[in-house]
Amino acid sequence: MQWETVIGLEVHTQLATKSKIFSGASIAYGADPNTQACIIDLGFPGVLPVLNEAVVDMALIFGLAINAEIGPRSVFARKNYFYPDLPKGYQISQFELPIVGKGSLTIDLEDGSQKVIGITRAHLEEDAGKSLHEDFHGMSGIDLNRTGTPLLEIVSEPDMRSIKEAVAYARKIHQLVVYLGICDGNMQEGSFRVDANLSIRPFGQDAFGTRTELKNLNSFRFMERALNFELERQIDLLEGGGKVVQETRLYDADRDETRSMRSKEEANDYRYFPDPDLLPVEINDQQLQRARQNMPELPDQKRQRFESDYSLSSADALMLTQSRHQADFFEKVVSSGGDAKMAANWVTVELTGALNKAGIALSQSPVTPEQVGGLLERIADNTLSGKLAKQVFEAMWNGEGDADKVIEAKGLKQITDSGQIETIIDEIIANNPKQVEQFRAGKDKLLGFFVGQVMKQTQGKANPGQVNKILLGKLKG
Amino acid sequence: MSLDHSDVKKIAHLARMALDESQVDAYAEDLSKILGLVEQLEAAETHAIEPMSHPLHMAQRLRVDEVTEEDCRDENQAIAPSVVNGLYLVPKVIE
Repeated sequence: MQWETVIGLEVHTQLATKSKIFSGASIAYGADPNTQACIIDLGFPGVLPVLNEAVVDMALIFGLAINAEIGPRSVFARKNYFYPDLPKGYQISQFELPIVGKGSLTIDLEDGSQKVIGITRAHLEEDAGKSLHEDFHGMSGIDLNRTGTPLLEIVSEPDMRSIKEAVAYARKIHQLVVYLGICDGNMQEGSFRVDANLSIRPFGQDAFGTRTELKNLNSFRFMERALNFELERQIDLLEGGGKVVQETRLYDADRDETRSMRSKEEANDYRYFPDPDLLPVEINDQQLQRARQNMPELPDQKRQRFESDYSLSSADALMLTQSRHQADFFEKVVSSGGDAKMAANWVTVELTGALNKAGIALSQSPVTPEQVGGLLERIADNTLSGKLAKQVFEAMWNGEGDADKVIEAKGLKQITDSGQIETIIDEIIANNPKQVEQFRAGKDKLLGFFVGQVMKQTQGKANPGQVNKILLGKLKG
Repeated sequence: MSLDHSDVKKIAHLARMALDESQVDAYAEDLSKILGLVEQLEAAETHAIEPMSHPLHMAQRLRVDEVTEEDCRDENQAIAPSVVNGLYLVPKVIE
């Protein structure tokens, strides 16, 4: 039997505010347990939640970015369930009137094609605390610092038909919220969390199969592995004559498998109702106007502009716009003197390579975009060969100053005086008569030997183009 | 609409309320009466009326995004039955 995969994703993004969604407690990551959980977060009697305006602004920016229906009214609701990391006994969320309605996002697939994925809604809610299950003699430890951290939950339509599409969509949402500056995107710290709904059906069938929900997918790699495992599990079940049970399953990265959370059916009876503590949120034109003004250039727009303004290939433009930070870095290199095509290469190859090797992020780069720009100027004006440029880059990386300073200090200026190069070459030809004879007899490969000798004599500083040209002239003549 | 024995027990479980077997019938009757009142309300003509999510005709006031709360962990944890290393301890719940 040929099976079709159907996937929908729920993405929880922590919004990059300073304070919580309904209280003035800090949301900074990594604080001592419970030092950032105030009486509003703890649900003490008599407290009143007040909505953070930055949260509304961020949701609106996201809504505009996915061309969604927005407002005019949005309502908070209580989602009731009992769990120790939720001290109020309910989570303030949105149900009937989410802040962001129907929208869509276009994803790029490996074969170069594109696909539009529907977004059902995006709603605001508060995050829950954390339960720590180890080392408390049969008890669980509860840290409520995360309680009340603002979340925007982005719910897709079941529009994805393969695991690759699902991963591409999740990556695109990640890229978008980081670009928009509404989420730091740190998956290790839980700022960006994905739940996936997966079902299968025979090809050609209209009705969806029974789905399972996968939780705890805290990296794109784990997400792909968990979906692969779950897909195989469902196929095996159905082909073995069994049935898929609708349930929530947890991905265990250590064992690379999904496990049933064995939740009782009634655990999902959330009894939503409008929260009487919070009035409806009204979205006015002023707020929308402000959101439009605060909206940065989106990745797809940037990519098109890079192709047209800098004449970059679509592959280069796509790579450079993967992150806003990298795109900004590239533009600064260009504005400080670098040729665009060369800048694209240096940023995506040399710089990225050095960053990966050192295991640091672009934001921690010891080399500034202005320094890279200065280096590229010296390549363009022939002061440096590609090889020398790499040496200068390494020196800049080690904090030895700008390109000009390094060139001066290390005497790395390229030799472009053809008279000087000729003298060196004449000497080498005179000293290696055997090799000259072999070359003239047809052993072309020996050209490399002569080039090597010249570079050795000049400590790699001779202009390679000139060396080749002069050598060939003299050897053949 | 009336609630039977098992409906009442399910609601009690969702609300984590310990209900004595002898109380179930009385609750079933009382809750059914409340639903009866809601049915009566539903009979009212509401087609031309916009639903309200709140009885006040006001919009939500918004707060500036600033950290205004200080660390009050010691005060907050003074009433907790069990605390270790700043964590609240609760009976183990793991799914």
